[in-house]
Amino acid sequence: MSENLDTILQIAGSTLRLATPLLFAALGGLISERAGVVNIALEGLMLVGAFVAAAVAYATHSPVAGAGAAMLAGGLFASFYALFVVKLRADQIVAGTAINMLAAGVTPFLCKIFFQSTSSSAALPMDSRFVSAPLYGAWIFVIAVAFGLGFTPWGAWVRFAGEHPEALDSAGVRVNRVRWMAVILSGFLAGLGGATLSIFLSSSFSRNMTSGRGFMALAALIFGKWRPWPTAFACLLFGLADAFQIRLQGVVLWGSDPVPVQFIQILPYFVTILVLAGVMGGSRAPKALGQPFLKH
Amino acid sequence: MKKLFLNGVGWVSLFAWVCGGALAQEYKVGLILDKGGKDDKSFNSAAFRGATQAKSDLKIFLKYVEATDDNAFETLTRSFAQKDFDLIIGIGVSQAEAIKKVSAQFPSKKFVIVDAEVKAPNVRALLFEEHEGSFLVGAIAAMMSQSGTLGFIGGMDIPLIRRFEMGYVAGAKKINPKVKVISNYVGISGDAWNNPAKGKELAVSQYGAGADIIFAPAGASNLGVFDAAEEKKKFAIGVDSNQNWIKPGYILTSMLKRVDHAVFAAIEDGVKGKFTSGTQRFGLANQGIDYAVDQYNEKLLTPKVRADAEKIKAEIVAGKIKVPDFYLKK
Repeated sequence: MSENLDTILQIAGSTLRLATPLLFAALGGLISERAGVVNIALEGLMLVGAFVAAAVAYATHSPVAGAGAAMLAGGLFASFYALFVVKLRADQIVAGTAINMLAAGVTPFLCKIFFQSTSSSAALPMDSRFVSAPLYGAWIFVIAVAFGLGFTPWGAWVRFAGEHPEALDSAGVRVNRVRWMAVILSGFLAGLGGATLSIFLSSSFSRNMTSGRGFMALAALIFGKWRPWPTAFACLLFGLADAFQIRLQGVVLWGSDPVPVQFIQILPYFVTILVLAGVMGGSRAPKALGQPFLKH
Repeated sequence: MKKLFLNGVGWVSLFAWVCGGALAQEYKVGLILDKGGKDDKSFNSAAFRGATQAKSDLKIFLKYVEATDDNAFETLTRSFAQKDFDLIIGIGVSQAEAIKKVSAQFPSKKFVIVDAEVKAPNVRALLFEEHEGSFLVGAIAAMMSQSGTLGFIGGMDIPLIRRFEMGYVAGAKKINPKVKVISNYVGISGDAWNNPAKGKELAVSQYGAGADIIFAPAGASNLGVFDAAEEKKKFAIGVDSNQNWIKPGYILTSMLKRVDHAVFAAIEDGVKGKFTSGTQRFGLANQGIDYAVDQYNEKLLTPKVRADAEKIKAEIVAGKIKVPDFYLKK
């Protein structure tokens, strides 16, 4: 019996760990999207965060400094994104894709400069990495974002910037300033999400180490109907699917042969499609999502 | 003034001609690395090491590229072939199709492919008997294991990695018929070779399920496996390059695949005009496959284990032990 309990605890641990980077990125994406800016650049912002966190933690031997720097770097990259989509009103999908490609290219380049290697940074010793802080930290951010969006004037501005930017404008609040702020905040969070990958879940940056997690985060926030708690729940669900996937590999379910690994491995993606395709019912995006705001 | 100018042009073109002549003498090698890139500390690093050694020892001109996705291989191979490169080396099984196609279009150029068989008059295929080395490290793992449970983490479920797994399991069972081996694969896309966070999660799960030694042919994802070994105070086994140094004390040994030697030899043959096509096989017998003992792990492996490992190695070489090969399985 205690063996079963062990298994359950292990799966729970895996779920929480696998969900952590998704949580940060999804919360970031949520703030940006609630303000009306699509953020498919999450993947790239995470990648930048992952690299900067590894580099700074390596130089300072402090994971906290690494995470802080990753936050700033994510914010900086996001402000670059905001420049194009908020100020210059570029197409958000195209600009977001460009940010992702830029991040995929610039990180190995910087890695080469600092670590003489295009594929990974130097390994971090245990004392330069987080042991468990991000595990709790992520949930503190969930609470903070839920509170901030729901109960503060700032949250109301963000929501109006995404639903009725004109109304917000008539009330004398500058819509684009709110959007700038929201996008930069989303960069902070996505940068932190990337940092959890390189200085918490592993011990170095490696090329393209986000492996699509930015897009999973995006799916989670859509599944969560752009609301903080359901989004956090969706991240947990994806984490759980991934943890189960690890456990189910090589397990014989029927007959004598185990289920083919490839079939098991599509589980998280399968869950994504399933939940997005309707199990969850209709979900409504912020009304002004994806539309640049131009003051008349 | 005009005369001086013409004179200048004359000198410059003479200079260019001399240099061009000198450059044309140089043997030009194009190296196409797989997606892991030249610093993967593993398979591609080994190939790159062999080629850079050839550059310094044999004074060749070396240009290398790192492919970012599978679709790039053919373009990269063709662009080398169209220029004046003499020898083009493709690293990794996913380049087989590109080498096959381009080598047929450029019969005067020489090609080398690692890990795949391409039969053409101008292609040399370098194949490694991974199952032999995997058998050996599997046996070492079974000798060292206290729990009787071992782990295997592959990058992707492809025949090459299955070959590692089959050899590893057979080697472990040779020592301890009751040994249990837990197998996991990291992913289904190219990211699988570059996902240390997932590698670590798989390793934590295997250590949690009782495994105390994990063999991880998973590209850069095995860096996560090493992290897990360090955190859980368990062991891992490296692959392709000697990875013992990455986490000293936690990496029991590394299964070596001497891609560096094979690539160097191919370039040397090319330079000396002795390039031959056909398939070359590297195994325990010709040291193309081996296991690593160095200052980082010599204290981990007891003399008894090492002596037994040498004995098994000799028996495989002598053909007394038949190692099952996934490639020959129906």
